[in-house]
Parts: sequence; C-alpha cells; structure tokens
Amino acid sequence: MTKSYEEIPLTPISDTPSTINLTGYWRVMRPVVDKSKCKKCTICWKFCPDGVIKLVDGEPVIDLQYCKGCGVCSFECPAKCIIMVKEGDL
Amino acid sequence: MMGKPTIPEPEFTFPGSTGCPGCGANLVMRYLLKGLGERTILSIPACCWAVMPGYWPSNCLKVPLLYTAFEATGAAMSGLRAALDAKGIKDVTIVGFAGDGGTVDIGLQAMSGAAERRTDGIYVMYDNEAYMNTGIQRSGSTPWGAWTTTTPVGSTHGFKHEAKKDIMAIMQAHRIPYAATVSVAHPEDFIKKVVKAREVKGFRFIHAMSPCPPGWRMNPMHIVEVARLAVDTHAFPLYEIENGKVRITRKGKGTPVSEYLKFQGRFSHLTDAEIASIQKTIDENWQMLLAKETSGT
Amino acid sequence: MREVMTGNYASAYGAKLARAEVIAAYPITPQTSIVEKLADFVTTGELKAQFIPVESEHSAMAACIAAETAGARTYTATSSHGLTLMHEVLIWASGARLPIVMTNVSRAMAPPWSVWVDHMDSIAQRDTGWLQFFCQSNQEVLDTIIMAYKVCESSGIMLPAMVIMDAFIQSHTSEPVDLPDQELVDSFLPPYSPDLKIEVGKPMGFGSLVKPDQYMEFRYKAMLGMKAARDRVLRVEREFKSIFGREHGGLLERYECDDADVVLVAAGSVAATAKDVVDSMRAKGHRVGLARIRSFRPFPHDEIRALAGKVEGMAVLDRSYTFGAAGAMFTEARASAYSVQKRPVMKNYIAGLGGRDITPRILERIFEDIQVVSRRGAEDEVEWVDVAGLQRRWR
Repeated sequence: MTKSYEEIPLTPISDTPSTINLTGYWRVMRPVVDKSKCKKCTICWKFCPDGVIKLVDGEPVIDLQYCKGCGVCSFECPAKCIIMVKEGDL
Repeated sequence: MMGKPTIPEPEFTFPGSTGCPGCGANLVMRYLLKGLGERTILSIPACCWAVMPGYWPSNCLKVPLLYTAFEATGAAMSGLRAALDAKGIKDVTIVGFAGDGGTVDIGLQAMSGAAERRTDGIYVMYDNEAYMNTGIQRSGSTPWGAWTTTTPVGSTHGFKHEAKKDIMAIMQAHRIPYAATVSVAHPEDFIKKVVKAREVKGFRFIHAMSPCPPGWRMNPMHIVEVARLAVDTHAFPLYEIENGKVRITRKGKGTPVSEYLKFQGRFSHLTDAEIASIQKTIDENWQMLLAKETSGT
Repeated sequence: MREVMTGNYASAYGAKLARAEVIAAYPITPQTSIVEKLADFVTTGELKAQFIPVESEHSAMAACIAAETAGARTYTATSSHGLTLMHEVLIWASGARLPIVMTNVSRAMAPPWSVWVDHMDSIAQRDTGWLQFFCQSNQEVLDTIIMAYKVCESSGIMLPAMVIMDAFIQSHTSEPVDLPDQELVDSFLPPYSPDLKIEVGKPMGFGSLVKPDQYMEFRYKAMLGMKAARDRVLRVEREFKSIFGREHGGLLERYECDDADVVLVAAGSVAATAKDVVDSMRAKGHRVGLARIRSFRPFPHDEIRALAGKVEGMAVLDRSYTFGAAGAMFTEARASAYSVQKRPVMKNYIAGLGGRDITPRILERIFEDIQVVSRRGAEDEVEWVDVAGLQRRWR
C-alpha cells in the first residue's frame, strides 16, 4: 500500500521487524517432526538458516509462518526425525 | 542424548528475511550476531544482504544497519567509528558486512584503506564465491573450475580458469591484529572466533564461507554438509591469524575433494583430470598452510 | 579578526568555525592546503575533530555519509577528478538526506590534463541533489560554509551543500578575510542534532530497498527540500548579516542591474573582474550590469525571470560546456526567462576553460557584443570566446 509522501520519513529508514514477511508462503516442502524419535539434541535449531525453530523443552517447534522449507534441519537431524513432505500432502 | 545448545541462545535476527531457502549468508549473520550482541552497528553494501532485510520498512536485524554503496564498506566503517569517537561513544562494535565481490573486487580499495588506517572494526566477508545477488556472475573469489553465468561451460573455453583470490593472505599482509576463517558447518568455532575478534582493538577480518544453493546449483538442505566437506577436504580450511601467527583451528579429515564437489552442480562438468588438478592445488595450499602454522607466520 | 589568507585557508577556517566533528579528505591539486590546514588544526587541538585520511575521494564521501548518519557534523574538500570520482556517493548523500558540507575547488577535467580553473567538474554534479554555491571572494567562501551548515541542517531541507571556488584564482590567492569570533558563530550555528541517527539500541536500517510503488514519494520529498532551500538561503543570509554585518547576494547577486539595458550573467571569480568592467563601462555611459549566480542549485529562476523582464540583452558566461547543448548556466537562465512576455535577446559565451584568463578586455567585448545583438538579434546563440583559429578577435 503506497504511503503518502507526508507519512514517510525523509529517507527509507526500516524499523519494522521482518516478521511482516510471511515467508512460509514460499515453501514447497514442509518439515514434519516425529517427536517420538527426537533426541532433543538441538542441532536442527542450531543450523536453521532463518532461525524459525524454537526449542520447547528441548524439542523443536518449527514456525511454519516463516519456514521456507529448505530442509537443512531434516538433513542435519542425527535421529532422522524430521521428514520433508510436499506441501498439500499429508 | 538431550543436550544443551552449544551456541548462545539469544537471536539477533527476526524471521522473515527475504534470503533464499537454505541461504548460507543467513546463517553467517545469525552466528555473527550471536557472537557480537546488540552493541553492534552494521554497514552493508550492495550484496545479497542489501536485499535480505526486506523491502522498506522491513528489517530482519535487531541491530542498527547502514546501507552503503557497493565499494564503500571500509570507508563506511571508518566514518561510523569516527563519529562515535567524536561523540565519545564507547563499547560499540563497528562491523562491515560484505559479499565476496564487494570485498575482493570492487570493495578491496576501501577495505585496504580502512585496514591500513587501523580503523577499529570487524570486516566480515561472506563468501558465496560469485556475484549471487545479480545472478551468479564470476568474482575474484570464484574458485578455479566453477561454472558461473559469465564463465559458462561450452566447447571452447568452459568454466572459470583463474584461481580464487587469497583474501586472507592479502589481509595478513596488512598486518592486522586478527583474521580468521569461519564456516557455517562449525558454529561453535565460528562464534568463538567472533567473540575473540570482538575483544581485539583495530581492524579485524572474518572470512566466512557461505554456501549458496541457487549459485552453487545444489539442494538447499545440503548447505551445512557442503560447508562441512569444504573444511574436511581442505578446500576451505579453518584457521586464524592472530598478530601474524597462523593457527589452524580444525585440521579436517583430508577427505577427497570430489566428495565436496559432487554436491554442487557448478562443478558437474569437470573431468576426472580436472578434479585431480583441483585436488593437487588444494593439497599444495594445505601444505603451505601447515608450513605457515609451523613457522608461526 | 582580519587576516590575509588564501581561499583554501578561508575554507579550512570556515570548517573549523563551523566545528566540523568528522573530516574525511583525500589530497588533490589545488585543494590540498585545505586539508593540510585542517590536519594542523586537529593535531594542535585547535579543532576537536576526527580526521580520516582516506584512500580516495569516493571513500572520503562514503566516510562522511556514515559519520553524518551517526549524527556528526562532517566536512570534506575536493576538486575536479576527485569530485567526479565521488559522483555515485554524492547522489547517495542527498538521497540519505545528509547535510554534509564540502568545498569544491573547481578545476578542469582531463584530458587534456589541467590543474586550472573551469566549472565542468561542478556543473557535472548538478543533478546530484546538492546545493551548489559559487563564491566570488575568499570571505564569501568562509561565510558560505558556515551559512551552508545552517541552511542544510534545518529539518525542512536536510540536503548536502557544495561550496565552490575557482582553482588558483581563489584557492591560492590571498585576500583579507574577516575571521568571525567563535562565540558569534556558535550562537548563529547550533550543534548538529538530527531527528534520527544511527545508534545502538535503535535497530533501524538506513537506506533500504524501496519498491516502485513507494520510490517516487522519497524523491518528491527531496525535491521539496531543495525547493524550500530557496527561501532558507535568503533567510539564513539575513540572519547572518544581522550578526556579522556582511551579505553576499542571496541566490543571485545583482550589481548595477536596476537600470541596465544589458546584463552579464556569470558565476565564480570572474564576477569580481566583471564588476570592475561594469564600473568602467558605466563611467563611459553604458548602462550595463552584472548578475552573479551565487546559488546554482537551487537555481535562481525567479530572480533571473524578474531580471529578464527588465533588460534588452542578457549575456550568459559559462566556464564549462555541456556537449550537445550549450553552457549549463545559459540553458537554465534561458529556461527561466521563457515565461517573460518581452524576452531579452540571450546569448551564451563559453570562456575561460582550463584556466584561460577571462580578462577585462574580453568582458568588455562581451558587453559590447550583447549591446549589438540585443538590437539586431544573435546570429549564433552560443559563441566560444578567445579560441585560436576562430575569426573574431577578443584580445
């Protein structure tokens, strides 16, 4: 939505958290966590490029509003408890 | 096996960056800021990261950020530091954060100037080994053998035939107090070096390998594995140069380089002989690095 | 305190009196003694500032941009090839709305290599969004630097300014200059305190990517700033005069223009010579005048238009040439005069390139020529003055 010249600063100064960009819409493949296999090692959290994995009691909770579906968590998980499924399936 | 996180938990980036899925440069920023904390001011020139915070007014960083012209990162660091000094503001880390083209090519002069002036700041080069933001054109940091859109593979003269610029040696020649290579496959080592760099006065340099799925023609899920193999094969050794003294921080397994190359479509055209030639160069460079460590320089 | 000094020293004193906090500069002939003097001021502690000895003019401006964004008052000086190397970041400075003040010692561009005056370097930057002040005297250089900060740092303007003087003719020529008291300057020019600056604790990105649906509004705001600068320049100069007792002519200095039949429009040091020529020609009964463009950006459209309505001939002297068109001062002045009902005959004289002297004799001949063509009309609307091989003799 274009803002009036009167409502904008002199120069583009960005002060709004990027959480306005719902990058989850980009996703083609979706990570699905099998919590029964999770060893709570936190490696998925460590390597998430977008920092969209939160640790809740050591277990990963992936914020699908922002997850782009790159699959790094799935590949790096030593317990192989994160599988990538096509969006729309499952 | 439940473990505690091996890297600091606070995040200094918001989700919603417009970097590609599996962007190595996103990880570089994430780890960097975990090491530096919030008393940091970044300056970023034209590069992927000039776009990744998002369109105005979006910002995925929890630290202030000054966008600057492509070749101006080093000068911007000097200007920011001078202003803080003029105002008597202390305990702020000034960081220049630029891509490989913005560092080894168009930004080399300004960075060299800032290093020579002993500007108090950390220059971070995230190295995706080509001009990725403009669409995969060769840079001075593209390795020998790689396909890019300006080193196309054809019947007459395929791929890049020139070696990657040794930016660490260039920075070592500036006699800066601290320089280090870091990898997204080894965040603990990465952050340790960043914290070390933060405590040093003067010009510091961090060379971060930053895998790029679209540019390297690879599956985004493999970026950490590829970065890991780069270290293990000695294609991208992890070391630091502290007051001129070289120290390798991870020796790697010496895995054959073909293991590293095979994940990446940008090397898929290479013949066995060409791969052997890359292996030879890597082995020679590794021996030179070992010798530097032994001799202390 | 009155001292005899060069234009370059006057410039350095201007930056010192304005209390520049960060100075980033790279040496180029004939600007060098400005930065040498400032380096002295900083080293002796006479000026509390950070001096950044950058490795290029591009970095000089880039460093000023960064420092100014962090809230410091910045200054730099350059010339010719240095200025044109800065081109990219000049546009950056205005787009970032940073009131940086810079001296440009206007010098010809190579090739042919030349270290002497002309205005091609400055004129080539006219679209960068910088205010551009052409000075005639060393005193004006000093005063204009101080005034420029006050003009530009106002929240309604927030654009950078270039204070221009002529290579050697001003930069290396000594004149008596009144150095105002620091206390008076401080009362005239308060410390720089922008509404927003980059600082820890405020995670904002300065200068980010903007989509086509929003870009024009930012440019429109910069246009408003430049437009507002017209009045602001006049107001600031009035205030300056009330404190320091001097003025330099606003956007367009008019000398003996009130009853003039023909006027010469020019900028820079040549105006001083032209004033003498006006005096001597008036003594002989010629009603001639001089209009000195002091502010090229913003351009004095209203002032030129008013003048054009009153005279029969207007000679515009350009110390540079825009290839494929004419001198830039001429094309702008002619555009300003277009809406006047009874337009004067206008003619462009290209003179003094690469340090060629523009002598009183040449100026007299230009006046004589415009007197003639104002009655008959001009055959050529652009004439190159004093070029060997051309038929007309100017000396």
